[in-house]
Amino acid sequence: MPDDTGAIRPAAVANAAGMSPEALKRLEEMAAAARRRRRLQAWLPWLVIVGMFVVWEAAVAAFSIPQFVLPAPTDIAASMVKWWKPLLDNSWQTLMTTLIGFGFAIVFGLLLGIAIGSSTLLYHGLYPLLIGFNSIPKVAVVPILVIWFGIGTVPAVITAFLISFFPIVVNVATGIATVEPELRDVLRALGARHTDIIRKVGLPRAMPYFFASLKISITVAFVGSIIAETVAANKGIGHLMILASSRFDVPLVFAGLMVTAIMGVAMYVAAVSIENRTTGWATRGQNDQQQVKFGGA
Amino acid sequence: MERPFVEISEVAMRYGGVEGTLALQGTSMNIAKGEFVAVVGPSGCGKSTLMRLVTGLWPATAGHVVVAGTEVAGPLSIAGMAFQNPTLLPWRNILDNVMLPLEVVEPHRRQLRAKRAEYEKQAKDLLALVGLAGFEAKFPWQLSGGMQQRASLCRALIHEPALLMLDEPFAALDIFTREDLWSVLQDVWMVRRPTVILVTHDLREAAFLADRVLVMSSRPGRIIAERKVHFPRPRTLETTYAPEFVSLVHDLREYISAARKGEEVAHA
Repeated sequence: MPDDTGAIRPAAVANAAGMSPEALKRLEEMAAAARRRRRLQAWLPWLVIVGMFVVWEAAVAAFSIPQFVLPAPTDIAASMVKWWKPLLDNSWQTLMTTLIGFGFAIVFGLLLGIAIGSSTLLYHGLYPLLIGFNSIPKVAVVPILVIWFGIGTVPAVITAFLISFFPIVVNVATGIATVEPELRDVLRALGARHTDIIRKVGLPRAMPYFFASLKISITVAFVGSIIAETVAANKGIGHLMILASSRFDVPLVFAGLMVTAIMGVAMYVAAVSIENRTTGWATRGQNDQQQVKFGGA
Repeated sequence: MERPFVEISEVAMRYGGVEGTLALQGTSMNIAKGEFVAVVGPSGCGKSTLMRLVTGLWPATAGHVVVAGTEVAGPLSIAGMAFQNPTLLPWRNILDNVMLPLEVVEPHRRQLRAKRAEYEKQAKDLLALVGLAGFEAKFPWQLSGGMQQRASLCRALIHEPALLMLDEPFAALDIFTREDLWSVLQDVWMVRRPTVILVTHDLREAAFLADRVLVMSSRPGRIIAERKVHFPRPRTLETTYAPEFVSLVHDLREYISAARKGEEVAHA
């Protein structure tokens, strides 16, 4: 087929025999430029973070801001070293609490999302309730949870669950409900049952939506568990920060914030790597080396 | 005389309740087994509606649709469909996309696990027939529009459907690719002989491929003219330059112009 093979393997084109030396040289230059660009992309986030800390440190020194208002990054680091044991213990507690709540959110979010996405009746019936539920500030729910379950881990797990559950439901339902009508017709004309269509098309199609929602959910799950810990817990990063602030140990409060941010980023990165591994087809082109080579000059 | 494979009698279709749009009214046609019929008409005349009625995806508001001797009451399980948009699944490679109907249609569905190798060979042969040999492991987005449409055609044919419904399958392609695929479709049809209903607004396409061309009026759609096409097969692109071909296309064009003005045309 002379019409359409050319666009598929640029590498094969580049390696093809009979290419003039000038053309090869130019191709190599383009590849080198693309490599430099990728290296910069990989380092840029770190440069920005380091830059932020440098500016912060300089500002605190220049305007001689007192430590109990805004501690310098070096003070925070010192506090982290000094209190590493309680920080580690409490962040471990928070991490576990968050992950358990998040795990429940995944299971129930997927189930409810599939149910809502595959049935218009359920969709219309449950959606207003879900939106109403999601509009309730979760911090207001914590005291009720404390009445029901007492102070401790359980309210934090439930808060993390409640806050991270909604994005998963909405995304999975959207993915399933937006299957192309033509594709649905193709399958229905084959005699496919409703469950066939959900299984063969709806679910795989919803996966990119699902993973996108995980990235949002895992970060807000931390918000949920820490909110609950600041109100009603005797362990966890939230609890630690409340204690520290009552002692005016502001560097330790900030150390707690740092640890939380690090955990959030780590979980986010984990979600992204799972996403890339399972639904790479949805982000085609972005990871395509050849495309970068030709487009990145 | 043998009973027609598809019988459509006095079918009407109205969308959106009593006050809704009337898409089809008093539409009748008979299609013999193994016949290749093209339906042409001005845009918005209910051609695609007709396809959905025949495959049982939608129920008609009035009249009868009978396929293979049985009144159509729900989605048929014997039809293969292809649309203007290839609608391949992006997470499956070409081979798995083509094999999708086998995972759904009985009896293949039950046998798929046991006879996987045999079915895969069938799919590969079919892909080779449309010129896609060697692309089995590629993903849809790695293929051009024309190649995706070839794969979509294979998906419509893999389970050897008795009825093949094509809804403007080549409308989004450039003219060279389109003409290429006409020949591909003709080859496949001559080997397998399914009953084909091709909906199109390309009059040359209709004249090139069909045994019979039906012309529909503008909304509400009715069949207003019918032309038998006698050119010997296999037809080649040379056929399209023959004076008879040109005059057939010209006639069809006249019908369409008349249909758009809402005039009645005598059956030729």
